[in-house]
Amino acid sequence: MKNWLVIVLLCGVSTVWAADAAQSRLSEYTKTAKQTFSAERGKAFWTQNHSHNSGVKQRSCASCHGEDVSKSGKHASTGKLIKPLSRNTNPVSLSDEKNIEKWFTRNCKWTLDRECSVLEKGDVLTFLLTGVEK
Amino acid sequence: MKKLVILAAAFTMLAISMNSYSDDDHKWKKWLGVSASDIRPVNNALYKQECASCHMAFQPGLLPSASWKLVMNGLGDHFGENAELNAEDVTAILDYLQENAADRSSFGRSAAFARNSNEQQLRITESRYFVRKHDEIPQRFIKDERIGSLSNCVACHVSAEKGIYDEHDVRIPGVGPWED
Repeated sequence: MKNWLVIVLLCGVSTVWAADAAQSRLSEYTKTAKQTFSAERGKAFWTQNHSHNSGVKQRSCASCHGEDVSKSGKHASTGKLIKPLSRNTNPVSLSDEKNIEKWFTRNCKWTLDRECSVLEKGDVLTFLLTGVEK
Repeated sequence: MKKLVILAAAFTMLAISMNSYSDDDHKWKKWLGVSASDIRPVNNALYKQECASCHMAFQPGLLPSASWKLVMNGLGDHFGENAELNAEDVTAILDYLQENAADRSSFGRSAAFARNSNEQQLRITESRYFVRKHDEIPQRFIKDERIGSLSNCVACHVSAEKGIYDEHDVRIPGVGPWED
């Protein structure tokens, strides 16, 4: 019985940690963005297509992750399954700050040919965490 | 006495089913006719974490150490993708890959890769050994959306993640088993 209690408590604690990684990124972004983030803007950014000089097909966040972030995505070139980014269907998503930054760097450069601004990152993260009312 | 025999047999089965991957292990498994790793399986958590999100964690023994260096020094354009990592992780992963590279491995298939690769080669699929092993596979099989490209090892080599590339473990989607 006691063991169960410990396990349940640990699960609770780890969920809190998970929430902290993304929230802590957001508060970090707020310092430099000096603007309120918008899930609506984040959603629009998510599906916005970007052209590339090298002639490759237009790219957006949704190219790999899909438009519905509660569903799994598929890597555009290798086809490997990408777990949902929404915590509604993937509770461990966005639970590591270093990982969040790593993927922002890689994926912004792939999608936009440049790094994302703090405002763009804040908007997207807000969209991923809260979603947008339909 | 009978009990002892049964016990011994049980122990043998247990030993076979256990997935321990020491260098000597794969040799006696082979001798017994059990599908064994012919490439050392990946045993590095950082490598798996950082390099297996978009594709399978290819075993280091599939490429020579010179190639791994080229791959890890060019992550900004990783076959058309951005796969940048911080410098510390690049070094740690490169160390692991080079220590276990094809030219440093005692596994038979790695040795074949080492002999048939060249130093400027970036892709596993470019080695002469790989090409020779796949030259009878028709393009139309590869174009199947479940496969897509020859770099998608697990699509057909069902135990590829365990380092097993034996032809008995090949199941081509829409085709089935495949023997040379």
